[in-house]
Amino acid sequence: MELKVTDLAVGRGGVPVLAGVSFALGAGRALVLRGPNGSGKTTLLRTVAGLQAPMAGSVAGAEDRIAYAAHADGLKAALTVSENLQFWASVFGQSDIAPALAAFDLEGLVDRRAGQLSAGQKRRLGLARLMVTGRDVWVLDEPTVSLDAASVALFADAVRAHLARGGAALMATHIELGIEADVLDVSGYRAAATEMASADEAFL
Amino acid sequence: MRALFFRDLALALRAGGGFGLGLAFFLIVVVLVPFSVGPQSALLTQIAPGVLWLGALLACLLSLDRLLAVDWEDGALDLLATSPLPLEGILAVKAAAHWVTTGLPLVLAAPVLGVLLNLAPGGYGVLVLSLALGTPALSMIGAFGAALTVGIKRGGLLLSLLVLPLYVPTLIFGAEAARRAAQGLDPATPLLLLAGITLAVLAAMPFAAGLVLRVNLR
Repeated sequence: MELKVTDLAVGRGGVPVLAGVSFALGAGRALVLRGPNGSGKTTLLRTVAGLQAPMAGSVAGAEDRIAYAAHADGLKAALTVSENLQFWASVFGQSDIAPALAAFDLEGLVDRRAGQLSAGQKRRLGLARLMVTGRDVWVLDEPTVSLDAASVALFADAVRAHLARGGAALMATHIELGIEADVLDVSGYRAAATEMASADEAFL
Repeated sequence: MRALFFRDLALALRAGGGFGLGLAFFLIVVVLVPFSVGPQSALLTQIAPGVLWLGALLACLLSLDRLLAVDWEDGALDLLATSPLPLEGILAVKAAAHWVTTGLPLVLAAPVLGVLLNLAPGGYGVLVLSLALGTPALSMIGAFGAALTVGIKRGGLLLSLLVLPLYVPTLIFGAEAARRAAQGLDPATPLLLLAGITLAVLAAMPFAAGLVLRVNLR
């Protein structure tokens, strides 16, 4: 089933950021979002992931299929690498974390506490989480931040393998991963008006 | 769900988890009361049930702002919200883990600290029973308050102010049951009302908390 976004308008804090965004993402495809800082890439990804409601338009085919990775990795410093990964695997009803550890070269670190990892190692663990979700649409927000060249290659391999299995990936990134992907420049969809939409946010 | 419960327990028990915070606060309050009131054992006996309940309630309140704030700060809350677990279930499980690490130790420590306050011999059983019945409601209401204030920097003050009025019914009936038992009266009515409040809170609050958290995560 394909992920279909139709005429989507997204906003942050009641102010529209992007409007009229449409794209479709089929199995085995990747879509890269580009645009300057503050152009609304994160807001768009959060809306597609279902964390916030669209201001207009619709997101179809996203129900229970999305594995979301944000700027923060959601790791617990007091838990070890394998405990962190095992936790997310059980939350998503999976059990095997070995392939994820292998894909991101984390096998030597399994008993290390996440709080003692370097920034790049944390990021690798955060990305390894995607593989234990068993979900087929990866929604990634700047996945390569703090990764070195070798780790970026590991990540690109993981995405390629995911696409080859019939998965899909939607990501906001600025570096070239060497993956065959469509590109969507969000700066063309900037919302014009700044009128306050129905502001039902709890605390504005 | 079970994984989340055991993860929260493990996090609370490991270094920096704040497991002993509520218990230590409870201990401090109860130990200091006889010094501030003075060595009048008759007066202490009279106020013991109320002081023990108040101490337990404040100790519970102290740890609430970490209930969701930690998961919010490291991004785990966003990731949990996109997981197959329902938000209502996540909040109920987190409240349960909070009760096991905060409420349950208070329940178990209360009879020991009751000795310090010269609690009447007949009051111990009902004191423990009333705390065991009442503290789950404190944790669940706390989870609702935490969901309401998540994402606000230094939200602890707002959280306390929002949650305190909701804690009042539990405090009234809990302390009343303990007082009646200590004076040799029948504590059945306040105990039943306390149990009723807790059951209503456990039934309704996860949904209210899920609703406000969904709004706050946007």
